Amino acid sequence: MAKPQIVKFKFPESLEEMPLGPSAAAGILTEPNAGWRVQSPVIEHPKCTKCLLCWVLCPEGVIGKENEQLEIDMNYCKGCGLCAHECPKDAITMVQEGEADDQ
Amino acid sequence: MVKVKNLTDKEYLYGHKACPGCGLGTIGRLALKILGERTIVALPASCMSTVTTQYPQMNYSVPSLTMAFAGTGAVLTGMSAGLKAQGVTDVHVLGLAGDGGTADIGLQALSGAVERGDDFIYICYDNEAYMNTGVQRSSLTPIGANTTNSPSGTASYGEKKPKKNLFEIMIAHRIPYAATASSAYPYDFMNKMEKTKSLRGPKFIHIMCPCPTGWGFASDLTVEIGKLAVETGMWYLAEYENGKVKMNVIPKTLKPVEEYLIKQRRFRHLNEDTIKLIREHRDSEWRIIRERWVLSNC
Repeated sequence: MAKPQIVKFKFPESLEEMPLGPSAAAGILTEPNAGWRVQSPVIEHPKCTKCLLCWVLCPEGVIGKENEQLEIDMNYCKGCGLCAHECPKDAITMVQEGEADDQ
Repeated sequence: MVKVKNLTDKEYLYGHKACPGCGLGTIGRLALKILGERTIVALPASCMSTVTTQYPQMNYSVPSLTMAFAGTGAVLTGMSAGLKAQGVTDVHVLGLAGDGGTADIGLQALSGAVERGDDFIYICYDNEAYMNTGVQRSSLTPIGANTTNSPSGTASYGEKKPKKNLFEIMIAHRIPYAATASSAYPYDFMNKMEKTKSLRGPKFIHIMCPCPTGWGFASDLTVEIGKLAVETGMWYLAEYENGKVKMNVIPKTLKPVEEYLIKQRRFRHLNEDTIKLIREHRDSEWRIIRERWVLSNC
């Protein structure tokens, strides 16, 4: 996977485990941002031409282009709707959170 | 020219806590994609440092340093001097500062660093106020904008002074490369970032970053607002290199400013007279741009 994954963070338990100075290792993800989302994007793959405009514009970088079809990492999508608004082929629609699961 | 298909899949800025739709995430991740893993990021107090370094999360996968508000330029000097002393030549030093941290508080440190000619890239992402602390005006807030310390009401139409021209301040330093960009024009921004990679010395990019929370628009309109800013002439895309300014986008006719203003809460209070004031200011700015940079290059 090209995207960083969530890791379980172990808080320092004693003084010996504390890092020296106010520092931390790079690339630590401890929690998803999915709870922010009210609407979620759904890609209609037959309409998608893989122009990658959504991939470029996504502020979160949750759209993945490494496979045949574009994929969205729902752990970090905040549901801003930018991709759906900008898609030149209207291949992305925003669905109210919860409704997509009912289908 | 940057080819999007060839860009790396790896995200060096991921899972940050910026407001939904904020252009800041686009700027950060595209800049790091172009520069690659061998980059050190310097962050003053700003939205960028607040949303990416919330303990225990650390959203950068590259080394980063958060420092005092005024010190971005000085820290960049230190980083590039440190790399030079160690003989490291393949590491980029990137500063990511907001408009207040660049044009108000960090201006003298930046000016000093540019004057010394250290090797770094400085990105000023301009959301036109101190958004991180709750929308206070900065010297890059445009005329007429409503902020918490330039409030609109019966006695005031909001911010009274026009936006400071940071791009021209940088040109006055005879910097090797300076550019303006917009998060709504990502390809233009990526090409400018690509250019900074090959140049030595200080490089400066002033990029507009529409702020859904502070400007007051829906989170999916970030790109639309950013494009309207350029199409109405409230912002421009230009680059300065080898003593010459090149305009990247020259609109044949500028759209009416109302189209840009009406979509944002911070300009909602404006009436005919104040819109006229903004229009006149834009027209005088564009007269200068055309005279100095467009006609002289023909």
